[in-house]
Amino acid sequence: MIALLRRDIKLAIRAGGGFGLGLAFFLILVVLVPFGVGPNSDILARIAPGILWVGALLSCLLSLDRIFQLDYEDGTLDLLATAPLPLEAAASLKALSHWLTTGLPLTVAAPFLGVLLSMPSEATLWLVISLALGTPALSMLGTFGAALTVGLKRGGLLVSLLVLPLYMPTLIFGAEAVRRGAEGLPTSSALLFLAAITAGCTALLPFASAAALRMNLR
Amino acid sequence: MSLWEYANPTRFMQTSGKVLPVVSVLSLACLLIGLVWGFFFTPDDYRQGSTVKIIYLHVPSALMAINAWLMMLVTSLIWLVRRHHVSALAAKAAAPIGITMTLIALITGAIWGQPMWGTYWAWDPRLTSFLILFLFYLGYMALWAAIENPDTAADLTSVLCLVGSVFALLSRYAVNFWNQGLHQGASLSLDKEENVADVFYLPLLVCIAGFVLLFVALVLLRTSTEIRSRRTNALISRERLS
Repeated sequence: MIALLRRDIKLAIRAGGGFGLGLAFFLILVVLVPFGVGPNSDILARIAPGILWVGALLSCLLSLDRIFQLDYEDGTLDLLATAPLPLEAAASLKALSHWLTTGLPLTVAAPFLGVLLSMPSEATLWLVISLALGTPALSMLGTFGAALTVGLKRGGLLVSLLVLPLYMPTLIFGAEAVRRGAEGLPTSSALLFLAAITAGCTALLPFASAAALRMNLR
Repeated sequence: MSLWEYANPTRFMQTSGKVLPVVSVLSLACLLIGLVWGFFFTPDDYRQGSTVKIIYLHVPSALMAINAWLMMLVTSLIWLVRRHHVSALAAKAAAPIGITMTLIALITGAIWGQPMWGTYWAWDPRLTSFLILFLFYLGYMALWAAIENPDTAADLTSVLCLVGSVFALLSRYAVNFWNQGLHQGASLSLDKEENVADVFYLPLLVCIAGFVLLFVALVLLRTSTEIRSRRTNALISRERLS
């Protein structure tokens, strides 16, 4: 299991890397927003939590087709399916390595990008907490979407159509937590919902992903 | 005599062939009576004027938009558990009807909202969750269209339907958390003393019955079309082999 995890992370970081790409996309998105809405720092500060969350969502989306596609093409996935390791565990590990290479860096980078959007400093803590709680759910859901479309030639666009509606509850609670934090309101209910979504996704979605993989490999 | 006999496509085709004309005629009758009654023979509301009459399209279509997804959920489960092809095809057949109902509900709501709320669209929880439902339908249909092997497509769309149902429901309640609503609460409930005033209520019930029957008729029609096209494909490939 650890070998598989290390292999996936190495591949993500080294081979033409989806690793830096997601982060760079996040940066560019955040830089583009002030050009779109104007440099007024009041407006930017108000929309910053939403922009950062939507940006994190889209950056996660960007690297989804890397989760299974290459393994499917070179036959690694068939080996994984016949290996003694249950496919559910392999799917969870894939999601974990996706989170370690996209969700975690995004969480670390978000406060710095928040400065660019003149986000109020009291919101920064809540932004980091909400991203840390929410992005694992994004990776889990993304793994499910990638598993559904693994057999397709051009699954990239389809994956976004399938996965983005599934991301919606996470986005709602995540952005709401940061917004409430920025206004000094209690954030615990939104954060608890976010944690609940992540916990539920982590517990149940590997089964759905593994089922979808088996259907695709049959 | 059990429900599972209709898992046999031939039985399904026989029975649906008999039922379809009846259901179609009934649906047409209900819709005609309900809509004409609703549009021309009910009084205007004292505050909303004649705009209240959009209720006869808006409410039944919204109802069917949700019920179509529920039907897809049930048929998907049956396909996953018992592998009956008719069930998977019925789910495939229901999706375009459901998305049309969702669109009708959204559009009639927008037309009504402009004079009443002063806006075509508001990010109200109910409106938003319907838009999300629309996106789920889109994704579901896109997945059906993208996969060539029909059995794999049925499998994967069923799994998507199951996961999607959970998240559609979650979104439905998450948006409550996110914004306060303009849309009125439930005004048709079985356990309430008074619902909408009777003059509007009776034609509305007829319209709902009409929409339900219309949905059943369309699903039967589309499912039998799917079965026929499956058969044609099977025959064509058999011809090629021989």
